[in-house]
Amino acid sequence: MRYLPLTPADRAAMLETIGARSVDDLFVDVPAAARLTAPIDGLPAHASEMAVERHMTALAAKNISAGSVPFFLGAGAYRHHVPASVDHLIQRGEFLTAYTPYQPEIAQGTLQVLFEFQTQVARLFGTDIANASMYDGSTACWEAILMAARVTRKGRAILSGGLHPHYAEVVRTMAKFTRDDIVSLSPELVAEPDDNEVIASIDDQTSCVVVQYPDVLGRIPDLAAIAEAAHAKGALLIAVVTEPVALGLIEAPGALGADIVVGEGQSLGVGLQFGGPYLGLFGCREKFVRQMPGRLCGQTVDAEGKRGFVLTLSTREQHIRREKATSNICTNSGLCALAFSVHLTLLGGEGLAQLAVVNHAKAQATFERLARIPGVRVLNTAYFNEATVVLPRDAREVVRALADRQVLGGVSLGRLFPVADGLHKGLLVAATETTTDEDIEAFATALEAVLAGGNA
Amino acid sequence: MTRYFSEDHEWIEVEGDLGTVGITDYAQGQLGDITFVDLPAEGATVAKGDSVSVVDSVKAASDVYTPVSGTIAEVNAALEDQPELVNTEAETGGWLFRVTLGDASELGALMDEAAYQAYLESL
Amino acid sequence: MSAPNAAGWRPSLGQAERAENTTSSGDYGLILEEGLSFELGAADKCGVDIDYADRSPIEGLARFLRSEAPALPGLTEPEVVRHYTRLSRQNYAIDLGPFPLGSCTMKHNPRLNEKMARLPGFADVHPMQPQTTVQGALEVIEQLADWLMKLTGMASVAMSPKAGAHGELCGLLCIRAALDARGETRDVVLVPESAHGTNPATAAFAGFKVETIPATPAGRVDVEALKAKLAPNVAGVMITNPNTCGLFEPDMREIADAVHAAGGYVYCDGANFNAIVGKVRPGDLGVDAMHINLHKTFSTPHGGGGPGAGPVVLSEALAPFAPLPFVTRGADGSLRLVEEENAGEGHAQAFGRMVAFHGQMGMFTRALTYILSHGADGLRQVAEDAVLNANYVLRACDDLLPAPFAASGPCMHEALFSDAGLAEGFTTLDIAKGLIDEGFHPMTVYFPLVVKGAMLVEPTETESKAGLDRFITSLRSLAERAKAGDESLHSAPHFAPRRRLDETLAARKPVLVWRGDAAAAGTPSRSEVGGR
Repeated sequence: MRYLPLTPADRAAMLETIGARSVDDLFVDVPAAARLTAPIDGLPAHASEMAVERHMTALAAKNISAGSVPFFLGAGAYRHHVPASVDHLIQRGEFLTAYTPYQPEIAQGTLQVLFEFQTQVARLFGTDIANASMYDGSTACWEAILMAARVTRKGRAILSGGLHPHYAEVVRTMAKFTRDDIVSLSPELVAEPDDNEVIASIDDQTSCVVVQYPDVLGRIPDLAAIAEAAHAKGALLIAVVTEPVALGLIEAPGALGADIVVGEGQSLGVGLQFGGPYLGLFGCREKFVRQMPGRLCGQTVDAEGKRGFVLTLSTREQHIRREKATSNICTNSGLCALAFSVHLTLLGGEGLAQLAVVNHAKAQATFERLARIPGVRVLNTAYFNEATVVLPRDAREVVRALADRQVLGGVSLGRLFPVADGLHKGLLVAATETTTDEDIEAFATALEAVLAGGNA
Repeated sequence: MTRYFSEDHEWIEVEGDLGTVGITDYAQGQLGDITFVDLPAEGATVAKGDSVSVVDSVKAASDVYTPVSGTIAEVNAALEDQPELVNTEAETGGWLFRVTLGDASELGALMDEAAYQAYLESL
Repeated sequence: MSAPNAAGWRPSLGQAERAENTTSSGDYGLILEEGLSFELGAADKCGVDIDYADRSPIEGLARFLRSEAPALPGLTEPEVVRHYTRLSRQNYAIDLGPFPLGSCTMKHNPRLNEKMARLPGFADVHPMQPQTTVQGALEVIEQLADWLMKLTGMASVAMSPKAGAHGELCGLLCIRAALDARGETRDVVLVPESAHGTNPATAAFAGFKVETIPATPAGRVDVEALKAKLAPNVAGVMITNPNTCGLFEPDMREIADAVHAAGGYVYCDGANFNAIVGKVRPGDLGVDAMHINLHKTFSTPHGGGGPGAGPVVLSEALAPFAPLPFVTRGADGSLRLVEEENAGEGHAQAFGRMVAFHGQMGMFTRALTYILSHGADGLRQVAEDAVLNANYVLRACDDLLPAPFAASGPCMHEALFSDAGLAEGFTTLDIAKGLIDEGFHPMTVYFPLVVKGAMLVEPTETESKAGLDRFITSLRSLAERAKAGDESLHSAPHFAPRRRLDETLAARKPVLVWRGDAAAAGTPSRSEVGGR
């Protein structure tokens, strides 16, 4: 076996040092009745690198990859171009095969990256501080709601109807068990987000309002107005950003009064990967720092007075607080945070702004073309790189028919919101810098053909 | 003014119906460098033995139990910026909170300084 | 001059003669310092050539536009590559040498796994694509799930949890859902005192109260004490097996039977599955739920602290409550995801959703690649070699370093020592920091908490005997120095990129983002610097 360095002679010599006759002697604590005496039946034996590569390549070939067809999916995961140097750098063994930096003297590389990452996220979000990342956007969102409850000592969270339905479902699932009170507003197929309804729902018991920006239909809520209303009642505003590239063009949520900003960082540096691993972003006001979940990296000095970095404020965390911890999380999404950070360092603020303009321009071209199709209407008055188009019939069938024509034409609202009424004709369409004019024309042509095909 | 001590290493100095509470010099020595003190809310009603405050060092977070019942009258705001006062002046400037006593008879269950010293030697 | 080391800090040296022999750059040969990207970059630099878009934003967006670009300096590609490459050299890694962190399972990360995860058919697939276009991705999930069920002898597996702690939460929520379905409100979870901190944290997060079970002098769960706690309010137990002392819990079956008889469920923390894969199946020991850290047993890279992956295998009793989404195979042979849209069709008891999409697909491809490479026979050999290596370290050092449970027999995949018997004032920390100077990553220290001054050494199966012998030589030498009272250990490490760091300062005055003031770090506090 190519990964196991011990030779039979090594094993014999080591058993002698140990004073055991056989390796089985080392498993004496396993009850004999449960001990397996041979490899488990029905499972194949070891395989060569070439054979495994053949097997995996065959499985990969059964998927249609986004880059091989006209592709317009978003809904919380976006296809952006990742520069080659990002993947090269995250595969350096010193990053890839290092552990959590608990021994800071020999982990300054990882720690400095985390410190730079925290600074980048805070500046992107317009928050005072940020943590070293969470599992993904949806879990970061739930953690933010818990944190708001700790800060305000209230337990009623209001979810805007524009929050990604999977995020809302994660929140409702967790709240079932923690018994937090969650008010979920219903999404509606209208041009503007539900800011007024959100504001009207805030009362004295409200710990936080959770508003996605841009929202799941691509609309853009007025965070400043919602923040003002929330603060007037002693509640926090949690802004959720699932497409961080948007913040190259539209104002940072922190600058608009959001108290906690969470998001999904996949767009920068991390590929689509069928949904994971991604990375949760988490920023907030500095005064909440002791209530934050997740790892934090902080600056300090070493014994000779040189600047260095350590994991800090760990008394919040599970390995010290045990059942009193702010969260049970004991990892971050380190390598994805590195990829995010490298990509953002390559771009810089100006580069991100320019990338955002290109994304928006591609979306404009896409929606102008789609709007010319009879029966198709663009819902949004404002959008960044994603918006909702309303079709003359159920978008679920249309998406499947488009796929049959080798076009990945968006995410149907029927799949995202299976139980909501009146949304099934909505199709969520995203464009990025990877979208070409040919892609747009191929999509529009296929959509025209599918819609002309009657009630398929 | 009389000073009492608990087996959980809190001290309380009582003047009238107001008690000032902190952790003992022995306790701060056991904890090491204090990095943060989480103080109770002023006006909160507390019962003897409640965990009302948390004292953090780098690697530990220790609960502080109130030695008496009552109402939190004041907290030591200086600790917000200078948690190290708990290390350097544990039994003076590093006090944690003041409590309006609800039941002065609870003081009887606490130790005086000599008894506390003897208690420490027994540990 | 605009030097990259604008802050003017210098690397730690540890050798007096070199401290006098300073360089003007702050670098010393191949020991390279590196400033922050914020100190190196500039607003007008960019490492990506982006198309020019000559369009104004749509009218509706005007009131949302930001007035200026985010304050993030950029760097060109050569500067970026150099920045991160220089930083990488300040890290220790498995690729450089043994990483014997107990309970963390730092084994070799095969590069085939990385290559397979990057096939466009896996890496460039959107989670919401029509299911007819992702049959290969669903098949990866199905095949990995099949392996995990067969290796553990369990009925089902929830694939979506993002890490071990997330998997624990998934398992406990399945238990909560099962109790709810029975109409029972049991609110206590029993956790051994030797458990990892995540266990009680997770139980509390899931809304349970935690009661602690003591350990026996032999480092195992006290079965009688556990039985005495079983009551109608007990939802279940969380047991790590092999446990955090590196020992197998021989009474696992008896514990499980007693818990089941009392109406509870058995959660097993599978962090240490590496020691028993192919040797015993947790399903045969009465386990109802167990998470598997793919980044431990199945060698997906730790990446400096994640991402992990924590699928949870489930017994028949808990399987109906597994969260959405999951993969099933239809009558026509095609694979499909069960999501909220179609959960009503036979999966109405699913307790909900834990993540936005389907879990750590990129980790699934790596883990499946690893598993297929080893096969059933290779995985069994993995466990045997991991246990052999740990016992070799245990017996090669237990004459110098006390091994608190060594008298009770062999250990599993990790060897536990304590610092009892070192010279006055010398502790585990000195040994750990001394190992850094010897060129090794330290073992896990001060865990498990049940052993004072614990040192938990997990060599893993991918260390050669020669590599272990070098490690053992260093560990023995450090133990001898600490017994002899060698004061220089107190200030170790001397040869790392940094000396001991002031953690008190970091926690008292947190500096969590760069604010352009490199001097803000302030003055060192009285401890944590240069020893204790």
